[in-house]
Amino acid sequence: MEGVPILEVRNISKRFGGVRALDRVNFAVMPNEIHALLGENGAGKSTLMKIISGAYQKDAGEILVNGRPVEITKPLDAIKLGIAIIYQDLNLIPDLTVAENIFFGRLPHRGLLHTIDVSRIREAARELLSEINADIDPAAVVGDLTVADRQLVAIARALSFKPRLLIMDEPTASLSDHEVRVLFDVMRKLKSENAGVVFISHHLDEIFEVADRVTVLRDGQYVGTKPITEVDRETVVHMMVGRRVDTLYPKVHEPDPEGDVVLEVEGLSLGRRLRDISFNLRRGEILGISGLVGAGRSELLQCIFGEISFTSGSIRLEGKEVRFSSPNEAVASGIALVPEDRGEEGLHLEMTVRENITLPHLKRFFDKLRINRDAEKEVSNSLIERLAIKTPDSEQLVAFLSGGNQQKVAIAKWLVSEPKVLMLDEPTKGVDVGAKSEIHRLMSQLASKGVGIIMVSSDLPEVLGMSDRVLVMSDGVITAEFTRAEATADRIMMAATSGGVA
Amino acid sequence: MKTERQVGIDGSGVGMGTANASGKSSKLLEFSKQLGPTFALIVLCIVAGILSPVFFTMSNLMNIVLQVSIIAVIAAGMTFVILTGGIDLSVGSILGLTGVLLAGIFKATDSVFLAAVASIVIGGLLGLVNGVLVSYGNVPPFCATLGVMAMARGLAFVYTKGSPISSFPRQLRFFGSAYIGAVPVPVIEAILIFIAAWYILTKTPLGRSIYAIGSNEQAARLSGIKTDFYKVLVYVISGILTGFAALMFVGRINSAHPLAGQGYELDAIAAVVIGGTSLSGGQGSIAGTFLGALIMGVIRNALNLLNVDAYWQQVVIGAVIVAAVLMDWRSKKQRTA
Repeated sequence: MEGVPILEVRNISKRFGGVRALDRVNFAVMPNEIHALLGENGAGKSTLMKIISGAYQKDAGEILVNGRPVEITKPLDAIKLGIAIIYQDLNLIPDLTVAENIFFGRLPHRGLLHTIDVSRIREAARELLSEINADIDPAAVVGDLTVADRQLVAIARALSFKPRLLIMDEPTASLSDHEVRVLFDVMRKLKSENAGVVFISHHLDEIFEVADRVTVLRDGQYVGTKPITEVDRETVVHMMVGRRVDTLYPKVHEPDPEGDVVLEVEGLSLGRRLRDISFNLRRGEILGISGLVGAGRSELLQCIFGEISFTSGSIRLEGKEVRFSSPNEAVASGIALVPEDRGEEGLHLEMTVRENITLPHLKRFFDKLRINRDAEKEVSNSLIERLAIKTPDSEQLVAFLSGGNQQKVAIAKWLVSEPKVLMLDEPTKGVDVGAKSEIHRLMSQLASKGVGIIMVSSDLPEVLGMSDRVLVMSDGVITAEFTRAEATADRIMMAATSGGVA
Repeated sequence: MKTERQVGIDGSGVGMGTANASGKSSKLLEFSKQLGPTFALIVLCIVAGILSPVFFTMSNLMNIVLQVSIIAVIAAGMTFVILTGGIDLSVGSILGLTGVLLAGIFKATDSVFLAAVASIVIGGLLGLVNGVLVSYGNVPPFCATLGVMAMARGLAFVYTKGSPISSFPRQLRFFGSAYIGAVPVPVIEAILIFIAAWYILTKTPLGRSIYAIGSNEQAARLSGIKTDFYKVLVYVISGILTGFAALMFVGRINSAHPLAGQGYELDAIAAVVIGGTSLSGGQGSIAGTFLGALIMGVIRNALNLLNVDAYWQQVVIGAVIVAAVLMDWRSKKQRTA
């Protein structure tokens, strides 16, 4: 890797109040390179990328582009220097069309009234989209697209700037396998055009497949940069966590195959989105539900939880037929749901750890005409300890915790009293390796206490490692069921892509 | 309840919150959050005292709290609504309609008891209409309460054919113009209502749920909070308190006019916002609203003492509201940066 880096940062530091987010970090991207940036949640990857793209200001350090020192004080500066970034949350405007989103901020006008030249941007958008093999109508409204398609629109938008350096912050989190391939092709094409790509991902497989070098950050500090050929998974994980992760999937408990059935779902349908779903869940069993994004897995959980009203079918909890018209009834019956999107749905980021944990159980703490705050603290503190949640105390705002610790709080709020059924939607999405194994250990522990667990996950190793039984969904139907012994990655992927034909 | 929230709203709290937010330091932050409005109030009083020797007389101070008490009671209810992320534009009209109806009921029955109960029931029912529209009808709060605002005002005119109902006996006027010792009854009523509101918002599941809904409604729903029910309830509370304010109002001026309470919604919202409660919900406190109402009262009073033209007073109050919202917006921006 010779020559002048497209981008180099030296000794970058950044504080947020009392938290040191970055401490003298170095990082360089060469032309003709795909550079993976790794680190646990909270390691400082996103902060570093936001400084490079002008969204945040650095406190100290230098940024060099093509060997020249530059100041990047706003996003426009970065764009002018040929740096494009795709954020985790995509930053698209849902009410505008695909074409308008791609060219937003640079929409060409014509005529006296300065009307937007619609046909021109649609044509240009079509070209950009075809370059990345995306079959998306430029006239479609972004809000109507699937998450995966939105991701592709964001990529097209970034490419429209003809960047010399493209930064992608966890672009594959919501993509199916096929779309990940397309994305990798885009990255390789950029690379072949002598550009640089920075790729942030939690999926080590992807990184080993596509990256040329990796840089690892830990707790805001630079750990090191290595060519991918000189490292293996173990070394990388070790660099990230600074400790050996011995058992990634600690499965300690085998459920009784003759155990009591706690939840029975029979013939559940929701229009075209879910069709004739039937399964049982036993006490102490972890039931994994696998499938591609959009297969209807989250909708199934929401139907059981009373968040969505299903069209036909029945649900029995401990033998009694139930139909919840809203989540509060499900909660009262001992069903818990940890939703996929913890920031939007699972947590109150601007409330404290204690307030989040006790929210589903306020009645229990209402004693002598007031909420007993000491009792709340006691319960919160014991859960903080039990789940090893890293927080100064129970009065910390959840917004200040790292992703993994936030997820632990989102789970902890359902453990004040043990639920009968715990449903987890992507329980370790965007969670760092350490917290991930702790969450898995907790799931095993709960199962051994008799809690029935339904785990929706797109993470195949997680499904294989944690589930006693695996259901595979595709296109709104269950296409396969495997016991733990039968389940393999190949079989699950086959069933997941079988397109609704059982 | 307030404690923790303040950590986030105050940009400087970020560091403290993460590094060593023990119970003590968050108490301190709670205090510092209330410090803004408190400081503003003290400065205003000192300035007013310097400009007018009359300001610090007992009778003038009592006059301020008396004048503030009706708006303060409405603002207490408004705080519940705004904390859920809603808004209630109908309070002024509810005051007007409830006022003429309770006056009519009193004239027909001669019963102070019935009139007092009616004021609360009518206010509560109008609030129920707001709440059901917002919660179950999914009408945006701004539109729902704007509609009820127009309807209630219209009904007040329909009922009275435009002319006020006047002259009531001392017993009915008790709520608005009696004194216990040297203290006006409306002031006592307002203080009791604020204590009750403070208790509900900080000590009960109802209060916690209201903050949770304002902070993230979907997460509150998925936590098993009956969000629809609580959203109705806050408008009912706002209506009941406004109904009671109507009773105070009629007692105070000894007349029920269909135009009564016009523009009160803006004063009440202003008191809430000046007190530091966020219009987007989830953040704020009833103590802040109390201070906000006093700040408005002191400004009005001082301008009166200085013989400032009533039209100019409007301009000043408007500027204060804008300044308060601006500060709220700035602290938000700091937080997200």
